[in-house]
Amino acid sequence: MPKSRIIGSDFPQRDLLPKITGRARYAEDFRADGMLFAKLLLSPVPRGRVRRLDTSAALAMDGVYAVVTADDFPSVDPPGEAVLTNEPVYQGQPIAAVAAVDETTAAEAVERLRLDMERLPFALDPLDSLRPNGPNARDEGNVYGDEGIETLKWTSNDMAAVEQGRRPEGVEGTVEWSFGDLDDAFARADLVIEEPIVHQSQTHHPMEPRSSMAYWRNGKVHLHVSTQSTQRTQQALAGWLGMDEEDVVVVSEYTGGGFGSKIRGTITDVIPAALARQAGRPVMMRVTRDEETYFGRARTGLSGWVKFGFRADGRILAIDLFLIQDNGPFGRAGDFNSAGTTSSLAYQPEAMRLQALPVLTNTPPRSAQRAPGGMQAIAMLEPVVDKAARQLNVDRLDVRLINAPTHRSPVGPNRSEVTSAYVREALELGRELFDWDRKKELSGQVNGTKATGVGVALSPYVGGSSGVDGLLVIRPDGKLYVHQGIGNLGTHSVFDTAMVAAEVLGMPWEETEIVSGDTSRHLPRSTVQAGSQTTHAHTRANHAAAMDAKRKIQELAAGDLGGAPDDYEVADGRVFRRGSPATGLSFAGIAERAMELGGRYDGHELAEDLHSDTVRSARALAGQGLMGVARDNYSHDGSTYSFVVGFCLVEVDRETGVVDLKEYLPVTDCGTVLNPRSLAAQIHGGGLQGISVALFEKWAFDSQWGVNSNKRFYTAKPVSILDVPVAMDYGAVDLPDPETPVGAKGIGEPPIGAGAAAVACAIADALGGIYLTRTPLTPDKILNAIEGRSPAYGPLQTHV
Amino acid sequence: MKILEVVNAGRTVSRRSFIKGVIAAGATASATSYLFRGPASAFAAPPAHGAVERLMSLNVNGQQRRVDVLPHETLAMTLRYKLGLPGTKLGCDRAECGACTVLLDGTVHYACSILTHQVRGREVLTIEGLEAPDGTLHPVQEAVVDEAGFQCAFCAPGFIMAMVGMLNQNPNPTREEAARALSGNLCRCGDYNKILNSAMRAVEYTQQRV
Ligand code: FES
Ligand code: FES
Repeated sequence: MPKSRIIGSDFPQRDLLPKITGRARYAEDFRADGMLFAKLLLSPVPRGRVRRLDTSAALAMDGVYAVVTADDFPSVDPPGEAVLTNEPVYQGQPIAAVAAVDETTAAEAVERLRLDMERLPFALDPLDSLRPNGPNARDEGNVYGDEGIETLKWTSNDMAAVEQGRRPEGVEGTVEWSFGDLDDAFARADLVIEEPIVHQSQTHHPMEPRSSMAYWRNGKVHLHVSTQSTQRTQQALAGWLGMDEEDVVVVSEYTGGGFGSKIRGTITDVIPAALARQAGRPVMMRVTRDEETYFGRARTGLSGWVKFGFRADGRILAIDLFLIQDNGPFGRAGDFNSAGTTSSLAYQPEAMRLQALPVLTNTPPRSAQRAPGGMQAIAMLEPVVDKAARQLNVDRLDVRLINAPTHRSPVGPNRSEVTSAYVREALELGRELFDWDRKKELSGQVNGTKATGVGVALSPYVGGSSGVDGLLVIRPDGKLYVHQGIGNLGTHSVFDTAMVAAEVLGMPWEETEIVSGDTSRHLPRSTVQAGSQTTHAHTRANHAAAMDAKRKIQELAAGDLGGAPDDYEVADGRVFRRGSPATGLSFAGIAERAMELGGRYDGHELAEDLHSDTVRSARALAGQGLMGVARDNYSHDGSTYSFVVGFCLVEVDRETGVVDLKEYLPVTDCGTVLNPRSLAAQIHGGGLQGISVALFEKWAFDSQWGVNSNKRFYTAKPVSILDVPVAMDYGAVDLPDPETPVGAKGIGEPPIGAGAAAVACAIADALGGIYLTRTPLTPDKILNAIEGRSPAYGPLQTHV
Repeated sequence: MKILEVVNAGRTVSRRSFIKGVIAAGATASATSYLFRGPASAFAAPPAHGAVERLMSLNVNGQQRRVDVLPHETLAMTLRYKLGLPGTKLGCDRAECGACTVLLDGTVHYACSILTHQVRGREVLTIEGLEAPDGTLHPVQEAVVDEAGFQCAFCAPGFIMAMVGMLNQNPNPTREEAARALSGNLCRCGDYNKILNSAMRAVEYTQQRV
């Protein structure tokens, strides 16, 4: 698709005006008559068993309308997550919920719930669980093996090796994949380097807590929730509630950030629905910042050892990666696997082995967090690559160039091929924009107490899926209505991907309306808004639907005005005969004609290959104008990945250990740029989140009681405006991916690894080659390293 | 929550020592720190805790508003739940994030951390009160539009009010000074670059308008 008026233009966000005037309604901003408020009883212990829960005193209170407990929901087989539980596996897990006339009364009723529970041994750090006689996080065991959960303990000899910073001989992962001849590749290496790595878990902390409000009307439940993916949340919540999708209405017009923690709604959307059903009243449940830490989801920690084999020129021949996954208490997270595939793509080793050991812990539940797995791998492995480059005396930009993936490069254990990779172009663009060749001369320079360091890091991540549906209608008012089932969590893709439909149909952007944010508005089958899928998947789906509409418009024009469909073009909201612009019809007229003719023109007849969700929506919209509706059947040969190269310059105070981030410049290959300012927001914002993880964010637990003390912003410490460079630039290669009609790839994920790794590399550079492969690099850790003191924690110890 | 007893590996821990333990650890799993007593409705029971609402008059966005307020009610809750002004957001409810920032007599305050009874006689300005009655945007809002500021924008009302407050105090800040003035606000999406672009453009627009 050629570059044109709409795509690549700096259109402001469609919803900016409501957002800046206070008119935008997030979940907690909705009100309903007679609305009750809910409060939760949370588990006080990280693992326990409810022996008795007496709700009678609470229920007897004036103003209390409903109490729900685990018994009100279908039981869930372990290790699944129940909405409410009698067997909590993390501190803060919801046990019961109360709805009352106001929050104070609800809280008082929670105080009157009489809870009698047994406290059980718990595991916070995966290593504690692997020790001989260490605690298991669940009755079923402590690790994920081939057949599900099993019990696995290491020997005291193994643990002694771990304490000495070595990988114990002979310990194995429960998951393993490999490609190439690892022994041979290591044998040919000129330099073999092995390092322990610890990437901690941390909470997503979207700015908007996951509050939600529910009410029932005519057998349907209406849920105002904070979700990343409107259309797909309907199905998820219907599943939780044991209802038909048609009876669940999900409203989510604005979501205050998610980063993977609100992909399809969570248990907290189900609780108010259950309370509202019991109470016969609307129920609002406001979630607190503390509760966000408990059940608001977190990134999966990965620790272990990495071994690299390098050729003298910096080419990476072999990688052997062993990852212990801090899995949290529920289902097996896939982070270890993405860590492996992402590394295999970033470094293009001839041979590689991934071994992984997902260990269950009694810590807050995990979900994908921006570039799950890939981010942790890049943040930990890039400094090791720098360490080798220093020993081999190879420039750090050059070491990335020599290993860079290119078009059709292989990725992962099944060696599938990437659709495109303009990594060399991105590295060279960054060299110029950042002025790498001059700035690297500042490396290690000391000025007073401050040492300067520069860093560069490459972060790839999956950039798109395909195969969903597009749905749009041109109505008799002459406007184009693009129905979008993806959410609105701040990435702007719900608007930016609709640009494609406007572009194909020659429709002015001002005449294009986006219909989204409410499943009763008839949305097509969409992707979940996660894993950088939407830009790719929905530019394709909207392209397909718009091509379908265009064809129908051309047919109608030819039928009415003579000639063949191909004689007609579309532009400026009209269809007209090529070479004779006066012979044509307005889109308003076309919409009327489509409604007269019916059949496939107005959505009464639909293609066979549409998803049933799309069919349901299209049927509801049939007869309202000219309908474009199609499945994305475009070819998608290969795996789609996007890339960000991060460049950064820091000053490290050698007396305090404080890192001052002076410059950060991300450069991306994300295919065709749809909206430059939306792109800049993603790569800057994602980069800063990565820097936040690298420098500040962590959990700290009290070991005796297992409670997390870093549960608020001031202790969880996401980056503030004073922690970041006062101004930032960016670069984009802006070359189309050949395996998608618009050329655009997703860009939500890769920025975060680039930020985290670039700053870690820059710190090592400032310290003259002390490589710290753990997060977060707080001043105490940096100072210890500068002063050569041994740290106060073990090599693989986490939550420190 | 009433914990009758917590049995620890066969040994009973009293509620008292359990609570002492978790307090020592600086953390309990209390959900009760974030409370709101809703608007008195026909269904409302008499408050169990004995607190009673008192009618007061508030000057909000240039209007006198009469509202029943509890002694411990925060300004954020009065605005959001009693005056129909949910533009003021709650990100933490404890003076950590600035999502609830409003102006009191032209100066920035966290609405989550000030009691409504304390603002008697002061002029409260919220995000809803920034536009002129004819819909003309405030120069700060116009600046945000022209810079396409914010991502999810949950932090936007707070940041915008903080920018207005900043310009009241220092009409000509440098970019560094603007960052300092806005440092009481967090943006988890990390949109700080566009936020500072907006702030600096707002400086320009404000000077053009006077
Ligand atoms: S909500 Fe008031 S400072 Fe966060
Ligand atoms: S834009 Fe999302 S928190 Fe600021």
